[in-house]
Amino acid sequence: MTESTLEKSGPHGLDEHSHGGTAVPQSSRGHRFTSYDVEAFEVPGGREEDWRFTPVKRLHGLHDGSAAATGSLHVEVGGDSAVRVETVGRDDQRLGTAGAPADRVAAQAWCSFTEATVVTVPKDTQTAEPITVTVHGPGKGETAYGHLQLRAEPLSESVVVLDYRGSGVIGENVELIAEDSARLSVITIHDFSDDATQVSSEHVHLGKDAVFRHFAVTLGGDLVRVNTKVTFGDRGGDADMLGVYFSDSGQHLEHRLLMDHAQPNCRSNVTYKGALQGDSARSVWIGDVLIQAAAEGTDTFELNRNLVLTEGARADSVPNLEIETGEIVGAGHASAIGRFDDEQLFYLQARGIPYDQARRLVVRGFFGEILQKIPATDVRERLEAAIDEELAAVGA
Amino acid sequence: MATLEIKDLHAEVDTEEESKEILTGVNLTVRSGETHAFMGPNGSGKSTLAYAIAGHPKYRVTAGSVLLDGEEVLEMSVDERARAGLFLAMQYPVEVPGVSMSNFLRSAATATRGEAPQIRHWVKEVKQAMNNLDIDESFSERSVNEGFSGGEKKRHEILQLDLLKPTFAVLDETDSGLDVDALRVVSDGINRYTESGDKGVLLITHYTRILKHVRPDYVHVFVGGQVVESGGPELADELEESGYVRFTEKKEAAVQS
Ligand SMILES: Nc1ncnc2c1ncn2[C@@H]1O[C@H](COP(=O)(O)OP(=O)(O)OP(=O)(O)O)[C@@H](O)[C@H]1O
Ligand SMILES: [Mg+2]
Repeated sequence: MTESTLEKSGPHGLDEHSHGGTAVPQSSRGHRFTSYDVEAFEVPGGREEDWRFTPVKRLHGLHDGSAAATGSLHVEVGGDSAVRVETVGRDDQRLGTAGAPADRVAAQAWCSFTEATVVTVPKDTQTAEPITVTVHGPGKGETAYGHLQLRAEPLSESVVVLDYRGSGVIGENVELIAEDSARLSVITIHDFSDDATQVSSEHVHLGKDAVFRHFAVTLGGDLVRVNTKVTFGDRGGDADMLGVYFSDSGQHLEHRLLMDHAQPNCRSNVTYKGALQGDSARSVWIGDVLIQAAAEGTDTFELNRNLVLTEGARADSVPNLEIETGEIVGAGHASAIGRFDDEQLFYLQARGIPYDQARRLVVRGFFGEILQKIPATDVRERLEAAIDEELAAVGA
Repeated sequence: MATLEIKDLHAEVDTEEESKEILTGVNLTVRSGETHAFMGPNGSGKSTLAYAIAGHPKYRVTAGSVLLDGEEVLEMSVDERARAGLFLAMQYPVEVPGVSMSNFLRSAATATRGEAPQIRHWVKEVKQAMNNLDIDESFSERSVNEGFSGGEKKRHEILQLDLLKPTFAVLDETDSGLDVDALRVVSDGINRYTESGDKGVLLITHYTRILKHVRPDYVHVFVGGQVVESGGPELADELEESGYVRFTEKKEAAVQS
């Protein structure tokens, strides 16, 4: 697939809960309706622009109000002792500041969580080692709603590993905030067991001159849908959004990104790479970039590449760029879905390298440019091993 | 003393509409210590022969055999052939993004030698081999062939030949696209490889200029998917002088009769 056409962007109808003020043109996907109220969103049927790639039947009722919470997420935080960890109630004023829900599941999660975890890297602090936030699902057959906020205060520098494990049906909002001049790197690993369902909305907000690096790694789960929206509060924000995913038989892995440039002189770069293998392996990547009229001097690029390893797997890739000012440094996008390259395999094998190893080299090479940048060696090694394991699983 | 015997080899390729026979019965024997030059017009099937020997999946062998010391090569997988001692320097080496040259070379050496080379020796060995071919050390950290110029790719094919030291090497137009200096460097590389006297080379080329550096023992003319004439080095000079007309006509006459 190549570029998308602009279509109606899901449920509209501005009301008192809406954020953003002005009415939104029907054609825009960048200017997105948001609300903290579940009922402000229609129940998705699967045909709406926002949901047309998602098998709603596999959402276990997260989307229609029928999934009552039966369990909770178990969150463990480890690493640097300089970091503040709090469990707070719904009334904590800090919650929701990074962004409001933009779809019904996010609004449902917002209305349904009972306690939230807030992890704060204090001002001027440089953490010596990665902060680990491990989130365990509620368990097979159970449903949980969660809320997590990571806040990097001004001038802090930190690396956070957000590690999802276990099973269950999970709806959640995650706020990732890099305040003025903070440098925050977040590695999010979706490594659930094969029967898990996760619908997550990530709200990323950057302050003045903040540097945010995100690594999204999606491996496990029956259905994982992650909505990531990046907003800039002031000039000079710099966001790198890197992702790798590996979808095998029966898995649906969906990443939807929106880079919302509303401030001048900010930069964003999105690079997601995915491999698919096995019957009915599915992946969806939606990359929306909005450069608003005020966002002069914006520099942005987005790229998605997919490697289809076997017949029967299917990748959808839809980049979309909306530009409302001519005064930008650069904006571009590229998207590709390629079959596994037999010529590359042949070349390696012709030098004596056995088939399985040749395949591993090619796939590692494909992901390499992203994995290399992950700022935590043990995580990088774990992911390399996980990808090798995925490849071996089919026993090619 | 090793032998590579190609007997009545037929191979075809699937095009959009049909299967097309490209090799129409190739017969050739190469013994260790011998260098065979292979010349023929564009599209005559030289690369196809090279690929068929190496086992490229696109080319389907329909008849004949390729024996390496009596063992049927056609029954081996691509990597088994390489480990058995066959090497193909490709006319258009493939780019493999994300796989570093050093990782690739080490993996290949480990596979063909049957054990991982000792790291200290290996580093020296690679350095020396790269030096010999005038390849800058910075190439080891680049992705295999990615963004290499045509000439750089060819040098790297010979670098692999030098490090893997196969029993038989098919060099498919390794001389094409090289400037005079590079041609000498690459030819020296081939000569270093054959120096030991126990290697066999099948050198596919369009030009006699490489044959001034790498002396062939035999020259074969390849037309219409088969060897139509074989001789000594003087045959190459004749081809340089008068082209393939004599052979293409002969081939047509043979087909008509
Ligand atoms: N994959 C393919 N699909 C269709 N035709 C092919 C394919 N590969 C080779 N051919 C055809 O087979 C014939 C022989 O090709 P080959 O590359 O072996 O020739 P060659 O002798 O190496 O030529 P050159 O001197 O130009 O390198 C050509 O007509 C070519 O078009
Ligand atoms: Mg050729």
